[in-house]
Amino acid sequence: MDYAEVVERFDPVLGLEVHVELSTNTKMFCGCPTTFGAEPNTQVCPTCLGLPGALPAVNGKAVESAIRIGLALNCEIAAWCRFARKNYFYPDQPKNFQTSQYDEPIAFNGYLDVVLEDGEVFRVDIERAHMEEDTGKSLHVGGATGRIHGADYSLLDYNRAGVPLIEIVTKPLEGAGERAPEVAKAYVSALRDLLRALDVSDVRMDQGSLRCDANVSLKPKGQAEFGTRTETKNVNSLRSVERAVRFEMCRQGAVLAEGGRIVQETRHFDESSGSTSAGRTKETAEDYRYFPEPDLAPVAPSTEWVEELRATLPELPWERLKRIQGDWQLTDAELRDLVNAGAVDLIAATVDAGSSPAEARRWWVAYLTQQANTRGIELVELSITPVQVARVIELVNGGSLTNTMAKDVVDGVLAGEGSPDEVVEGRGLKVVSDDSALEAAVDEALAAQPDVAEKIRSGKVQAAGAIVGAVMKATKGQADAKKVRDLVIARCGG
Amino acid sequence: MPSISRDEVAHLARLARLAVTEDELDLFAGQLDVILQAVARVGELATSDVPPTSHAVPLTNVFREDVLRPGLRQQQALAGAPAAEAGRFRVPRILGEE
Repeated sequence: MDYAEVVERFDPVLGLEVHVELSTNTKMFCGCPTTFGAEPNTQVCPTCLGLPGALPAVNGKAVESAIRIGLALNCEIAAWCRFARKNYFYPDQPKNFQTSQYDEPIAFNGYLDVVLEDGEVFRVDIERAHMEEDTGKSLHVGGATGRIHGADYSLLDYNRAGVPLIEIVTKPLEGAGERAPEVAKAYVSALRDLLRALDVSDVRMDQGSLRCDANVSLKPKGQAEFGTRTETKNVNSLRSVERAVRFEMCRQGAVLAEGGRIVQETRHFDESSGSTSAGRTKETAEDYRYFPEPDLAPVAPSTEWVEELRATLPELPWERLKRIQGDWQLTDAELRDLVNAGAVDLIAATVDAGSSPAEARRWWVAYLTQQANTRGIELVELSITPVQVARVIELVNGGSLTNTMAKDVVDGVLAGEGSPDEVVEGRGLKVVSDDSALEAAVDEALAAQPDVAEKIRSGKVQAAGAIVGAVMKATKGQADAKKVRDLVIARCGG
Repeated sequence: MPSISRDEVAHLARLARLAVTEDELDLFAGQLDVILQAVARVGELATSDVPPTSHAVPLTNVFREDVLRPGLRQQQALAGAPAAEAGRFRVPRILGEE
């Protein structure tokens, strides 16, 4: 169904579940490393392989991270909570259960204010954030698509099994209407920024350290009770979050409009087609036969401990933006543009490297944004660092580069010719400030265009432009144009 | 009046991946019922001032330092696996044709 028609006839309800892998040194319940990309089954031990007799032990650092995340999300922290076993038979957990939390999450009842691209603020209520462990990675062999369906058999790598995971679950998000896909994306993006600021996770969606499952349902306009929802998995980029929600809304709209029923199921997002397809029918919570984990003592954070952790919270993204807006003297719209362009961190780093906010901002939003657009990449993907940009600005301010030459230098850096100083050297870019050399060039140009020279001598100063142009050409743009002009007029007795 | 139905036994059997015959469903429904009734008698004793016990020892906040400990090498990890391939545990097809 056409998107416009969907939002005209239905109200979408979203529920977002974000899984964050913590960047602790070791796993949740054992001392195995958590590094991404190791050879399969080289970061495992009897505990995370679920071998008989092995006992888990909680990683205190992971609990700290969980509490800090909860606090940053304005949650209440449980005074007492337990781990629970979630029983199921997929082999991605060799224990036949995942150690998680059930009805006693460590953090609950919070919110995150999400700013949309046009500046509208949407409050996302957080239901809970709980601690659990990641599963192993399956490789499905046989079948056409590499998916679990139709596979002949599967291969399991348990390096990831047991990596500390925080699952952050929103309350049902209503009222977003046609902006629902955008809200979903903005929420995950804001959460990513928050987690990065807390320094608790790599938050790399491409590596799976931040993953989003999107629950979507539709209800006819005016209806109070929710429709049946689906849960879309494998949503591995911010853009995919938006696309997946939008696709599901259109798909469900079409089914409902024809009088059909939505099946409660897990769906799989396909990045290349932007569509979702049916996965397994969802188990109900009862089917997981949760029960309190007898091998792990309950977690009971004291008020003192929680307050200690609250004091470790860094400047949070929204606080930082507010400060930056003041420091850089930006209007709301200017700030928003920088945020939307992904330029804030780059400019801030350039300022840290010694440039003024105005200069740093001018480079990043003008010339460098242009370069990124031409290449079809994000600003941050340009192969120039804020420190290098600051160096170029320094060279301009010191008078050794003109603005035109500075762009040449930046082009050189982007082309992989080395640091700004190396490009200056390599491309022979230096402002000709040697007066005698400039004077010689001016005299030469005057001699080459005697009629123009005559005009200037007779007081038609505006004719000097032609000589300046010739000098700039002769010096390959390495002279200061204003200086050349002054020189031309002086040589002509002006 | 049995408190556990045949259907519930069938459902539990499916969750536990047990192949239970039609006759066994009736048999187990009856047996499970007796067990549940026996356990339910505990409820007659437990009063509201006795919280349900999930842990035998009254401990909280038992944490481990976030410090690496040596684990198993790949070969050791896979040594007990019925089948392995490419450094990974090989398992039978997870989902049937659906």
